[in-house]
Amino acid sequence: MTEKKRPLLDELKKGKWPSFVNEMEKSAAKKPVVNTLMDLVERSYEEKRVHWKHGGIVGVRGYGGGVIGRYCDLPEEYPDVAEFHTIRVNQPSGWFYTSDAIRTLCDVWEKHGSGLTNMHGATGDAILLGTTTDHLQDCFNDLSDNGFDLGGSGSNLRTPSACCGPARCEYACFDTLDLCHHLTNEYQDELHRPMWPYKFKIKISGCPNDCTSSIARADLSIIGTWRDNIQVNQEAVKEYVNNGFDVKEEVLAHCPCNCITFDEEKKELSIDDENCTRCMHCISAMPKALRVGKEKGATLLLGGKATIVQSAFLSWVIKPFIKLDKEDGYQELHDILERIWDWWDENAKVRERVGELIYRKGMGEFLKATGLEPVPQMVHHPRANPYFFWYPEDFAAEKEASEAGKEVAGSEVSE
Amino acid sequence: MPFIEVNGKQIETDEDGFIVNLEDWNEDVALALAKTEQVEELTEDHWKVVNYLKDYYKEYGIAPMVRKVVKQTGFSLKEIYELFPTGPAKGACKIAGLPKPTGCV
Repeated sequence: MTEKKRPLLDELKKGKWPSFVNEMEKSAAKKPVVNTLMDLVERSYEEKRVHWKHGGIVGVRGYGGGVIGRYCDLPEEYPDVAEFHTIRVNQPSGWFYTSDAIRTLCDVWEKHGSGLTNMHGATGDAILLGTTTDHLQDCFNDLSDNGFDLGGSGSNLRTPSACCGPARCEYACFDTLDLCHHLTNEYQDELHRPMWPYKFKIKISGCPNDCTSSIARADLSIIGTWRDNIQVNQEAVKEYVNNGFDVKEEVLAHCPCNCITFDEEKKELSIDDENCTRCMHCISAMPKALRVGKEKGATLLLGGKATIVQSAFLSWVIKPFIKLDKEDGYQELHDILERIWDWWDENAKVRERVGELIYRKGMGEFLKATGLEPVPQMVHHPRANPYFFWYPEDFAAEKEASEAGKEVAGSEVSE
Repeated sequence: MPFIEVNGKQIETDEDGFIVNLEDWNEDVALALAKTEQVEELTEDHWKVVNYLKDYYKEYGIAPMVRKVVKQTGFSLKEIYELFPTGPAKGACKIAGLPKPTGCV
């Protein structure tokens, strides 16, 4: 067969950056199916429409998720990619692999699929692109024999992901890697067997720099924080200044809370921690002089998602501070999480994310159902979300109390 | 178009093996579909789930949410996966003759 020309794909090889087209051409030498795929992509670019059908349901034994069915809508013209299913493989915590593990993954995929991978998808999984239905179970078995498992897809818990945390970063306020691993193991049923109205994503960042972008991309964002004061090393501050670092311009000017002052004579920083929102800017700018506090934990935020039923949401605070305790198996987090799931599962419509349900039902309903305390940190900005937290039973209780009070008062009088 | 053959009759399916026309469904078809979903025979428990799905679909025109299936049939999700190893959406719905669940994954 003569090589077809693919001018539109060729355009994508011209930048100074890596190109998936180059990578696919390399793969095509081993796997002819990749040539067919590139022809199909070229055609999609020409016609400005995709040629994958919407949906498809395939899977492996015992799992309701992890494999996404992909069918070409022009199977006669592109028979090699008529079936081109995607497999999601649960990535290790913090995406730490040995090179041996990656080789193994690629070997399994060359045996059972196109050899094309996407490392990694937005949720965090290693994505294996393109195989046929009759390869799925064998591929899964081989992955499983080598210690890999599938990730989430469909209306289930999506593969939790975490930043590199304490393995490589001094800002980490807790062990993100351990928590991610722990949640993945604890919630295997939720991860593999879809049972909910829609997807639920958990992302874990060790500090407010939020390297997993959890606030925009996860239903539950777990973000490291501290509740005491930023640790300041004044000697190191002086060193920054002596080396020509402009503290006023680089740090003070960017502090969103205006809670830092700088004594130019003494070359000392002081921070009004009461008014600090833990934005991390000063710490990231002067890592040698400033450190996160000593009493560490995390903030839980809920509701982030991309546009579907409602517009895109950022997660918002539902728990300003939680201790993440390895020793007690993160019990407090489990309790909160399971109460959230229960309420959401019971009340949501099909394909309604938890953030959208809160939007529809109100934060008051949510807090009542989950037993979380309403706190000022939940307010986006002043006058933004005025919650009412009184229920008929509160008034009844108040009335009862006051009547009981009258009786007592009355009896005093009669005596 | 792909099809399955039941009692000498060809029944049209989509590429995932879901039947295209609900009128084609009968108990023999269900059994033939079951074999494609790693269910060798349909026991009383299987029928309980299948009939629930069918009735729900007839009434509401959509498949019930998994939580409903669990509550109404009394089977835990684990038991449903034991009955239908490929899961409620793929296995049980297919056997009940419901159209393929669609949507974004």
